[in-house]
Amino acid sequence: MSKIVFQKTKALTDKEFSFCAGCAHGLIHRLVAEAIEELGLLNQAIGISPVGCAVTNYNNFNCDMVQAAHGRAPAVATGIKRVLPDRIVFSYQGDGDLASIGTAEIVHAAHRGENITVIFINNAIYGMTGGQMAPTTLVGQKTSTSPFGRTIEQAGMPIRMSELLATIPGSAYIERVSVHNPVHVRKAKQAVKKAFQMQVEKRGFALIEFVSTCPVNWGMTPKDALKWAEEKMIAYYPLGVFKDKTKEAQ
Amino acid sequence: MAKLMMKGNEAMALAALKGGCKAFFGYPITPQSELPEYLSRYMKDYGGVFLQAESEVAAINMVYGASAAGVRVMTSSSSPGVALKQEGISYMAGAELPGVIINVMRGGPGLGGIQPSQADYKQVTRGGGNGDYYCLAFAPESLQETVDIIKEAFVLADLYRNPVMIAVDGLIGQMMEPVDVDRPVPEYNIPEKTWAANGAMGKRERNIVNSLYLNPKELEDHSLRLHKKYLKMKEKEQRYEIVNGEDAEIMIVAYGTMARICRSAIEVLKEQGVKVGLLRPISIWPYPEIAFDELSSTVKGLLTCELSTGQMIDDVKIANRGRLPIGFFGRTGGMLPETEEIVDAVLEMLKELRHE
Repeated sequence: MSKIVFQKTKALTDKEFSFCAGCAHGLIHRLVAEAIEELGLLNQAIGISPVGCAVTNYNNFNCDMVQAAHGRAPAVATGIKRVLPDRIVFSYQGDGDLASIGTAEIVHAAHRGENITVIFINNAIYGMTGGQMAPTTLVGQKTSTSPFGRTIEQAGMPIRMSELLATIPGSAYIERVSVHNPVHVRKAKQAVKKAFQMQVEKRGFALIEFVSTCPVNWGMTPKDALKWAEEKMIAYYPLGVFKDKTKEAQ
Repeated sequence: MAKLMMKGNEAMALAALKGGCKAFFGYPITPQSELPEYLSRYMKDYGGVFLQAESEVAAINMVYGASAAGVRVMTSSSSPGVALKQEGISYMAGAELPGVIINVMRGGPGLGGIQPSQADYKQVTRGGGNGDYYCLAFAPESLQETVDIIKEAFVLADLYRNPVMIAVDGLIGQMMEPVDVDRPVPEYNIPEKTWAANGAMGKRERNIVNSLYLNPKELEDHSLRLHKKYLKMKEKEQRYEIVNGEDAEIMIVAYGTMARICRSAIEVLKEQGVKVGLLRPISIWPYPEIAFDELSSTVKGLLTCELSTGQMIDDVKIANRGRLPIGFFGRTGGMLPETEEIVDAVLEMLKELRHE
């Protein structure tokens, strides 16, 4: 007799991911999908695909999906959630999408306390367009548009979105997580589940920021990229819960 | 129902509610702000959602989301605000999402001014968004016509799965006229929105709302499918009115507020024994080209009159196909002409045509 010890979640389709080898996007998609399935939300879920490396993830999440213009996912999610308040609405956005072109939309969605769940992937670079500097690119980090390394004089300090959004009264749950090792992968999944649970309980805006990797555009092996994420990224982007209205209420 | 005396912007808002609009997302801008103000007060009475967005960009993307979820939705703005919405309008056209966009036009370019204008004709009919797409676009001249066309716009948007634009100049937004908001909308057979991303709820296969086609052959096929739809709109939705067309020597071509001023000029000229008619486009996309094929043989010239330096005149040239001489009269920047200015323009053109 055989025993099933692992099964792919029903919240992912059989369509293969379009991500580069060693990229954490695929893993994060699985965590989000597992969280949706385990909370029993798959049938009422509506996801928003961003512009960026995850642009075609409407092929991967096994629920209704809406592809949004660059940075506008929180506005699109707002439109859906306001007319269908009993559905579960989530967006999946990268750092170019959320922390650069879409800052107005994410700030105001949080400000209104939109009852949506946002999955934010911060890998400190523009992946799909070929490794340009992002607002989240670390100081000194070399990219195709900061070939000599990012300088504060030219581009300012990297933007910390979780800390910024946590200051907004409308945000209900903000946590930064990482997937650079199995322990953190498990923690990250709990965070994602919590963010969806916040929506189920109608507590308002929830966002999980993933410190992620981009081995190809960082010019590293996947293993080195994980190490760099752990040592350099987390040093500037500390992990932890920045806002938790359930705790504040206690 | 008895007629109500209403301000244009408020009449448009009520028309939207009567047309089944269940969600509105917008951003304040003069001269259309009474429209969202009215909806912020009354939308809930109709079981709908009103939300003031942080920008026109966000507003149109909220419209995109609500439409993707299968709900009748609208936004309104004025010229510079509609410029900001173009990205979302292109996405709606690409993803085949219905929606109604009202443009209460003011002067431009840039911040321009806040007085009535028709200088967005090309923005409305050609779009500022990227790609091979068109919006159905109507340019009514009275509040009754505006109310009727807004109610029908929601149906047409659903029918074609395409954004519909209503372009009125600021005067129509600001003036008061009696309107009957309960006149019946023409009946159409609208299929159920089985494509909507409203949560499959375990009842059907999942739906995807999307405008991305990375494979060029797939994008070409998609564009050709859209093109077919636009051809159907061109065949079915050309709308216009002809006034005094039977024995006119000159036909004025004008729409919206400019058409109303031209009507007065036509009456003045009639008293002087000058036979002038009006070809008034009601749909500006598709442009009513068929109207130009049915002009009386008495017509010796066309005089295009616009509240711009001349934008629709290019469509007049296309529709005319070189058959008649075309003249132009325009005021812009928010300036409205006196009746006499139109009368003079007609008389001058007549003089040229008669080689006097």
